[in-house]
Amino acid sequence: MSDFRALFASPNFNISESFLPNINLQNQLNWAEEFIQNVVIPRLPEAVASHFPVEIGTVLVMFACAGIFVGLVPLLPLVLVLAERKVSARFQNRTGPMRVGPWGTLQTLADGVKLIFKEDFIPPQGDKFLFLLAPYIIFACSFAVFAAIPFSQGILVSDFNIGIFYIMAISSVIVMGVIMAGWSSNSKWSLLGSLRSAAQIVSYEIPLGLSILTVVMLVESLSMQEIVASQSNGVFSWLIFRTPFAFIAFFIFFISSIAEVNRTPFDLPEAESEIVAGFHTEYSGMRFALFFIAEYANMFAVSAIAVTLFLGGWEGVLPGYDILGGFPGFVIKSLALVFLMMWLRWTLPRLRVDQLMNLCWKYFIPIAFFNILGTGIWGLIFPEDTLISTAISCAIIYIGLIAAYKVAGRGLAQRPAPQPS
Amino acid sequence: METTPQTESKIIELKPFADEMVVNMGPQHPSTHGVLRLELKLDGEVVREAIPHIGYLHRCFEKHSENLSYPQIIPFTDRMDYVAAMNQNWGFCLAVEKLLEADESKEFEVPERAEYLRVLICELNRIASHLLSFGTYGMDMGAFTPFLYAFRDRERLLLLFEKVCGARLTYNYIRIGGVSEIIPLEPGSIAEQNFLDEIEAFLDYFEPLIDEYNELLTKNSIFSERTTRVAVMSAEMALSYGATGPNLRGSGVDWDLRRDEPYSIYDRFDFDVPVAVDVPELGSVVGDCWSRYKIRMDEMKESIRIVRQILAEGLPGGPVMAELKAVRPPKGEIYFRSEAPRGELGFYIVSDGTPKPVRLKGRSPCFSALSALQELSQGLMVADIIAIIGSIDIVMGEVDR
Amino acid sequence: MKIEEIYEVLTKQFGEAVLGFDTELAGDPNIRIAPSAIADVCQYLVETDTLAFDSLMCLSGVDLNAKDEDFAIVYHIYAMRHRHSVVLKTAVPKTDPHLPSVSHLWKTADWHEREAYDLYGILFEGHSDLRRILLPDDWDGYPLRKDYKEPEFYRGMRVPY
Repeated sequence: MSDFRALFASPNFNISESFLPNINLQNQLNWAEEFIQNVVIPRLPEAVASHFPVEIGTVLVMFACAGIFVGLVPLLPLVLVLAERKVSARFQNRTGPMRVGPWGTLQTLADGVKLIFKEDFIPPQGDKFLFLLAPYIIFACSFAVFAAIPFSQGILVSDFNIGIFYIMAISSVIVMGVIMAGWSSNSKWSLLGSLRSAAQIVSYEIPLGLSILTVVMLVESLSMQEIVASQSNGVFSWLIFRTPFAFIAFFIFFISSIAEVNRTPFDLPEAESEIVAGFHTEYSGMRFALFFIAEYANMFAVSAIAVTLFLGGWEGVLPGYDILGGFPGFVIKSLALVFLMMWLRWTLPRLRVDQLMNLCWKYFIPIAFFNILGTGIWGLIFPEDTLISTAISCAIIYIGLIAAYKVAGRGLAQRPAPQPS
Repeated sequence: METTPQTESKIIELKPFADEMVVNMGPQHPSTHGVLRLELKLDGEVVREAIPHIGYLHRCFEKHSENLSYPQIIPFTDRMDYVAAMNQNWGFCLAVEKLLEADESKEFEVPERAEYLRVLICELNRIASHLLSFGTYGMDMGAFTPFLYAFRDRERLLLLFEKVCGARLTYNYIRIGGVSEIIPLEPGSIAEQNFLDEIEAFLDYFEPLIDEYNELLTKNSIFSERTTRVAVMSAEMALSYGATGPNLRGSGVDWDLRRDEPYSIYDRFDFDVPVAVDVPELGSVVGDCWSRYKIRMDEMKESIRIVRQILAEGLPGGPVMAELKAVRPPKGEIYFRSEAPRGELGFYIVSDGTPKPVRLKGRSPCFSALSALQELSQGLMVADIIAIIGSIDIVMGEVDR
Repeated sequence: MKIEEIYEVLTKQFGEAVLGFDTELAGDPNIRIAPSAIADVCQYLVETDTLAFDSLMCLSGVDLNAKDEDFAIVYHIYAMRHRHSVVLKTAVPKTDPHLPSVSHLWKTADWHEREAYDLYGILFEGHSDLRRILLPDDWDGYPLRKDYKEPEFYRGMRVPY
């Protein structure tokens, strides 16, 4: 046990904090100036150091940091697209892309290059201005969300005091882009797709917001960093285990966010077997790539938000130790949720429009309201988050899961044993 | 041309309401299974009317046939239902053989070995066809993975077909009076044994997979929500529309030509005919999309049973072609139907005693079943249209001929 | 019920409208019906309980010879309940090919009659939507007629190849 602790307590292990710069933009100016004064200038030759323009250096450092952020985040979809292709290939007994680069790792890059060189087709009868604008709106919004996601103690663009509210607001602007794309394409399939999308996103935003409210009631703050900080006492302080209601809220949040990012089983807006490709039917080349990148960025963003709200954010599993914590821990947890989304996508069929709406309005929203009520009552009974309250919560969750398995999993239990062939 | 009656081409009037949208689904559309075009009148997502327009794949099969000798027509039947081409070959050959038999002066008999090979290959072909139907139906419903599983298994079947006739899709294998000898399969030879062993290995591999596919798709609650109680076709409606095969059995009519009017050597095999019943735990009622789909899943098992019986018996020896000098049926006409994977495939042949038919009509099962689409789809949603098209399992090559 | 018995039942019921019973040629024997009576005969076949012909297997137009004066229309009908079948044949003159539709009796006849109209130009009276089905709406002529000559051009495209 002591070896174990020593391993994780050793300063070398804490990679994220020591190697990556603190790029908290709120304190950017101070930090950048300090960086110049304390790190750069002492390392420069004497003659240069005395004439070093500190102000320009500060601005340059700021640009560099912003560049790292803006540059790195779009790389994420490139990785995720490849990951999705490889994951789906494994699900389907294939190898996936194998030709470009070792094990096909450069395939997405090659596809990107191909898309850049493709003809940029604009429907002649469509609304040209909106058609050109729509992909940028979607792209910009899905990346603006990343501004409020705390990747780690130090790695975040800004810790707004209304962080989660900002994320909700920005991500709901995406639907504007979708409608613009559908309308301006002058294609009936696009229009159908965008209307489906609008109905879907607007509907699912309600259970999404309500389940976020459950968290906000528990933490009593909208700031993302404070939400994370409240989960710092190990795995049982994570909000998902804090109350049974938050546990339910997590699932509502996760399923609703799958619907928000239009993935199977909720991929009706781009259901290729029904409405061809939905709102981006008429897009080609780089504009199509923007939709594509935005989709995958969104996917990671909602996973990251789910991790921040319910799964401890960048906090580790054990209090004081950095297991599954920090920047790597945060990314691992988010990617696990992304993998779950991919798993669902390659397993499940698609819902129908009315079933989708039924699920939202008849099940999720009432449950989400019940959650808020329950969370309020829970807060009255256990005003402080204590060991007892956590134990009771975990016991209720455990019993609930068993009961759910007994009721809903009846088909699973009766499954015939696989026969040796 | 003076006999042509002058008929005015009918102008289709559109009276669009403010809340109605006319959408052309197809002929280029991912899930119309080819080049079917549907004229949808939509009120939002609800389909007010769906009018099928066919003919985009019309290749004048019947006109061509009038200028070809009977053996030359067989490759054309391949192109009708290209997913189950063996069964199309067989249906045509059976009809011609039946007509030839009517001529008492020239006696001939299809050899035993050829009959066994025909049943063997056609039942495997039925599995291949139903596999494709299962896979594409999954994809229509938004589940991509079953499609690739189905194609993975179908690939092994196609390799088997390649071994007997050298082709993967359009076989021209079953000939009038027997089967093709292009790739000789000597009775009792190692090649024959290897071929049968490979079939057995495939069946051993594939049989448990059907249950896996049922777990993956058939019993999936989203899938059953999408397909049960959708587009219920009653038994009367199915009969009236001439729906046959799995579509008819999906409506609860216990009818299979292989059992009820046995042709070839089907009376020697023991197999069940799956008929749809209500499945309350999934909410399925007889005649809905799910029932039609499920029949196909069950039929694959029955086909496996038939093939296993042949493998247990072993192929009889002897020739694979009857002694036929020339295919010259006597003057007369015949209508013969056989049970193809998509239903009853009928061929109506009128012969005037020459080597070419005077009239050849292919009565395709999909053509009749597809005509029910307009009535089935009323008041449903766009996504349901896809569910119906997939569940009646059309192949446009056969609809348009 | 055998086709001979059905023939007797039909002659008893319809008298002169039933023109004859062909058995001499190879293959299926068929009952010849006057074109004007075909819908009534079919209705009788569907509605009589002992016959109960509930499914139309095939409906085909036939043009045997360019010199013939008639088109033949052949109905292959099957009774699922009694498991018997019958072949009805009727002939309409090429100069004025029209006969009553049976699409109200079997819904599948709808498309089959449209096909016969499309390829032979046979007009089915009482059909709700008689328009071309396999060929384009503006195609000229009826291709399965033996005297058919394909048009030189169709919308500017050369037809013969």
